[in-house]
Amino acid sequence: MSRLANLIRDRMAQRKKLLSVFLTAGYPELESLPQLVDIVADSGADFVEIGIPFSDPIADGPVIQKSSQVALANGIDLRRIIEQISEIRKTNDIPIVLMGYLNPMLRYGLRDFVTDAQGCGVDGFIIPDLIPEEYERLQPAFPPSSPGVNFLVSPNTPLARAKAIADLTHDFVYCVSVTGVTGARDGIATETVAFLQSIRQVVSRPYFVGFGISSAQDAARLAGLSDGVIVGSAIIRILDRTEPMAARLGTVGDYVSGLKSALEGLSDGNC
Amino acid sequence: MPNPETDIALPDKSGYFGAFGGKFVPEVLLPALAELEAAYLEARHDADFKSKLEQELKQYSGRTTPLTYAARLTEHLGGARIFLKREDLNHTGAHKINNALGQILLAQRMGKQRIIAETGAGQHGVATATVAARFGLNCVVYMGEEDTRRQELNVFRMKLLGAEVVPVTGGSRTLKDAINEALRDWVTNVRDTFYLIGSVVGPHPYPMLVRDFQAVIGRETRQQFLERESRLPDYVVACVGGGSNAIGMFHPFLNDSVVQMIGVEAGGLGLQTNRHAATLCSGTKGVLHGAMTYLLQDGDGQIQEAHSVSAGLDYPGVGPEHSYLKDSGRVAYQSVTDAEALQAVKLLSETEGIIPALETAHALAFTAKLAQKTSQDQAIIVCLSGRGDKDVRVIQQELNL
Repeated sequence: MSRLANLIRDRMAQRKKLLSVFLTAGYPELESLPQLVDIVADSGADFVEIGIPFSDPIADGPVIQKSSQVALANGIDLRRIIEQISEIRKTNDIPIVLMGYLNPMLRYGLRDFVTDAQGCGVDGFIIPDLIPEEYERLQPAFPPSSPGVNFLVSPNTPLARAKAIADLTHDFVYCVSVTGVTGARDGIATETVAFLQSIRQVVSRPYFVGFGISSAQDAARLAGLSDGVIVGSAIIRILDRTEPMAARLGTVGDYVSGLKSALEGLSDGNC
Repeated sequence: MPNPETDIALPDKSGYFGAFGGKFVPEVLLPALAELEAAYLEARHDADFKSKLEQELKQYSGRTTPLTYAARLTEHLGGARIFLKREDLNHTGAHKINNALGQILLAQRMGKQRIIAETGAGQHGVATATVAARFGLNCVVYMGEEDTRRQELNVFRMKLLGAEVVPVTGGSRTLKDAINEALRDWVTNVRDTFYLIGSVVGPHPYPMLVRDFQAVIGRETRQQFLERESRLPDYVVACVGGGSNAIGMFHPFLNDSVVQMIGVEAGGLGLQTNRHAATLCSGTKGVLHGAMTYLLQDGDGQIQEAHSVSAGLDYPGVGPEHSYLKDSGRVAYQSVTDAEALQAVKLLSETEGIIPALETAHALAFTAKLAQKTSQDQAIIVCLSGRGDKDVRVIQQELNL
């Protein structure tokens, strides 16, 4: 069993909600990633998603778009990301999921990419522009022994399809909280609650909620309706501030700790 | 190898033209694409829909467009006789309206109240704003900030037609970024919004339905030429950016093996300079805007900025069916430079009294070279996709007349 599958199984057995944090590789500086992963891991993130920057990120809002542009200008590419993850793995065992659009992976060579990602200690993939139908054509690049693809569902996904996606997904289902792009939002939409309630009825695999989560309060409420939450833009927004780096890193750590406490509060049976 | 029987029937059920096409989109768009495909497959066999579209094309846009024999151009070049399919005579001045009318009727049929579109030079934006006004639907057009500056007058036209124009400040601030932003809008407002895409690009079913709406160009041309000459042309030439006028012209001729077809891409400052938009001539395979196709990309799979003097060809991708037709060999793809296209504007203006769009001028520039290798008993048809009024300022600056 993979690091990621073990983690999810253990947390769920303890009736604890999972917290995942998204970081754009190469942002804010080319070599920021290893230090950031250590900070969010120490502050309570259960696993991290590392975003592979792409020039045309159609599922992302302005915050992650900008971080991708800065990271590309900093000179990040897939080879460097894989090197940085190897570096992280020397001291940190936190599960890592690579999240990125398909084209850079295809250009690298999909089979080579999967092999190299596995080699450096990646535990799974999220590919927002790869739906199950297209995945089927590319499946030979993902042998059973390799890290697998975790698919997304959104509030307008028919429930029968959501169920089929849950059967196909490797470790978890990524529930997109609203129809929309990534980006921190205030509050929780009514459709999100109804969506997660219906997902609970049909999906027996672990499922996490992402897109639009910013406050610890919202994170706790959404975690109550799922197996955990994924936070991205809110972190990137802190890193985008003009304060000295040490202050920003400190704020990221405090912010993740705050999310963690809010989720821990839930696990005692509040929800 | 080209296979006429199957080529005409593509895409397959999954939206593939051979290895190209498909649906590489976020899951959230899948229900909308399925809804669109179902609505279209039903509409295209519906007599009421077909007759409405035919009426609009005829009474609003002015079809049938003429096939004009270019006597003085032919004489000047000294080779095959040259005919021009006059899409420039459509309402709004280009072929774009054929597709805009087809899709807006589809949107109306589907009960969608809000139309979004992307535009580069502004021609598709103007066509969309035009049909949205005619059918009383709300219209938002995304346009790269860079392009809003280059095509200020078209921005004003769209506003005059009642559309909201949103300048896009992300990425390279051009057409590809406008498409990204339109896709993000669609992802967000997917339930009540119709994305009226302007070329044969994007996820399935767009490359198929835009082609079908543009195929009126080739159907008319084929019939007009047969009636006039009792034979088929030897060559059919069209410019290719995303490739909608070209596929509309080529598709009805795919089974006619005697007809050679050439798509002409924007060679910009020259293919060796990396400042061009010749995706098929020098690109590599990848995924952009929902489809597997040829792209201009770097070694890391990042999409590169295209360059062309013609804003309408300034796109680093191309319709997936063109990628297929290139690989199958059925259509040949060539490129001409900015400078050659500008000379062709001058040539057609002076010999025929027609100022062509800069996009169209690429097809004409290639035709000028082709004509010299042909004999007088042969015939070349050029898709005159648009008129040049929108480009007069650029042409004035570049030609220093």
